[in-house]
Amino acid sequence: MTDKPVFMTYSRSDVTNFAVLMILAFAVVPFTIETDYWYSSILIPWLCLALAAIGQQFVMGYAGQLALGAAGFMAAGAFACYNIELRIPWMPFPLSLLFSGIIAAAFGVLFGLPSLRVRGIYLMVATLASQFFIIWMIDKFGWFKNYDTSGIITAQDIMIFGVPFTSPMQMYLVVAVVVTILTILAVNMTRGSVGRNWMAVRDMDIAAESMGISLLRAKLQAFALSAFYCGVAGALFAFTYLKSLEPVAFDIKLSFSILFMVILGGLGTINGAFVGAAFILLFPVVLNTAGNAWFHGTIDATIISAIEQVVFGALIILFLIYEPLGMAKLWENTKQRLLDRRPVGEARPNKKPKTG
Amino acid sequence: MTQVRNFPIGGPLLEVQHISLRFGGVKAITDTSFNVLEHEIRAIIGPNGAGKSSLLNCINGIYKPQEGKIVFKGEVLDKISPNIIAQKGISRTFQNLALFKRMSVIDNILVGRKLHMDCNFLQVAFQTPRARQEEEENRERCEELVEFLEITDIRDTPVGKLPYGLQKKVELGRALATEADILLLDEPMAGMNVEEKREMCRFILKVNDELGTTMVLIEHDMGVVMDISDNVVVLDYGKIIADGPPEEVRTNQDVIDAYLGVAHD
Repeated sequence: MTDKPVFMTYSRSDVTNFAVLMILAFAVVPFTIETDYWYSSILIPWLCLALAAIGQQFVMGYAGQLALGAAGFMAAGAFACYNIELRIPWMPFPLSLLFSGIIAAAFGVLFGLPSLRVRGIYLMVATLASQFFIIWMIDKFGWFKNYDTSGIITAQDIMIFGVPFTSPMQMYLVVAVVVTILTILAVNMTRGSVGRNWMAVRDMDIAAESMGISLLRAKLQAFALSAFYCGVAGALFAFTYLKSLEPVAFDIKLSFSILFMVILGGLGTINGAFVGAAFILLFPVVLNTAGNAWFHGTIDATIISAIEQVVFGALIILFLIYEPLGMAKLWENTKQRLLDRRPVGEARPNKKPKTG
Repeated sequence: MTQVRNFPIGGPLLEVQHISLRFGGVKAITDTSFNVLEHEIRAIIGPNGAGKSSLLNCINGIYKPQEGKIVFKGEVLDKISPNIIAQKGISRTFQNLALFKRMSVIDNILVGRKLHMDCNFLQVAFQTPRARQEEEENRERCEELVEFLEITDIRDTPVGKLPYGLQKKVELGRALATEADILLLDEPMAGMNVEEKREMCRFILKVNDELGTTMVLIEHDMGVVMDISDNVVVLDYGKIIADGPPEEVRTNQDVIDAYLGVAHD
């Protein structure tokens, strides 16, 4: 089942998938899509939220810690980035992003501490603290907003070594490059010993500890890296999508959205983060368009958004019951089924282990 | 048991000294002492609820006994967590299977290599040459183990989907992967048929013979215990009632009364 690695640790299908995605992202999309709407309303937020969802995957899908507060870490990253850009004007944007992530990671460690004592739904409540504390802190202390009273702060332009990246397409490229790099790192970590240790903690913590894994280290590492990814995602979200900084944008609704992305996309998969983010983001757009197309505006927009909530709720319940591993797993199963139907049967993984 | 061994039995490796463990008012273990000798196979037997598993949990650091101490390689293991104890060279399996259910067989065994893999997350994230080399070497080690345990055909199956007997085998594999000096096996053959038991015994004896790994195992099947163990400790109501070679324990009147003979007399 595991293919032989052809390049470093990557199998042939890894390499082809990567190549196809890269050609799509950097060669096809920038030359075929011209409308700004696609970049600034779909591709950019999708990639940003997918990045945050990867962060949520680390802590929830891999380390198995039920945490809710991704938006809080995103806010920390966004405001950290704003302040770094504001106070150290020569700082190139990628470095600002890196430091924003590190600052968010520090918050991640802090709010990950309850995971050493409580678990499950109680941990979820405890991690909500990050959501409320970080937003409160930004609102309370004027310094974070540079004593701005208007409530909405415009994000600085993205400058990388003196070159401005201000058009939607340029911003898309910045986001795509950052997301690509961080996704590769995430794949490496989750496939390697880091991810194995997290999953061991998730599946059976006592056994993991007996194998020499420090629960403290593994859990806090997951929280820190999760917050790092959320922090970078938050900074990108604010600078390329919102183009402004307002704490209300990072409210608990966003945290829940990211949680749903992970559940619907598939717990414990990196591509699930992308699938889930696309679904959560695009579903309302599709529903809206469909609503308008079929009913020609006779249905009120509020009703459509109400329908959206209902369908989301139903889907989450259905997925939790029938396919807890989400859309990524669903896709894999479909693929497997199609492959199995192929008449020429080559070496196939043994479905039936010999009974013991 | 009379053939010449690659690793002759040596001095005490693990000393359990006057351990007492209580859960509230319930005394699980009372003032228990015994030594495990280097390279031996030591069985712990006793009726249900005698405190056998609790004893292993004390050695492994999951339970902290209220009194007494455990000395391993001359060092007192006191109030330290299981992961530190694992670092010192004590590994184990669990009575009710504690595998990582959603992970594949090979990944489960790879987790057992944790203490042999010390690249940090940055090295892993950037796949530095050292991280790749470490992963490759440990993977190779695990593949060897998979082959040794004859579970190659299920190496990629998530362990949650395997039948009980195979899961037990995987758990043994995970414990072996640690290459610890001492393995604590909590009922490694529970729920197995004769065939599987024989196979398991073969693995245990082979590992003990080839690597010199000291084994402490809890087992109910007296035939197995008499066959493979060098020494036997008998627990009853949290107390030791006999400690010695199997032939001696078998004829001990206390043991016969408490455990062996009752049903037959």
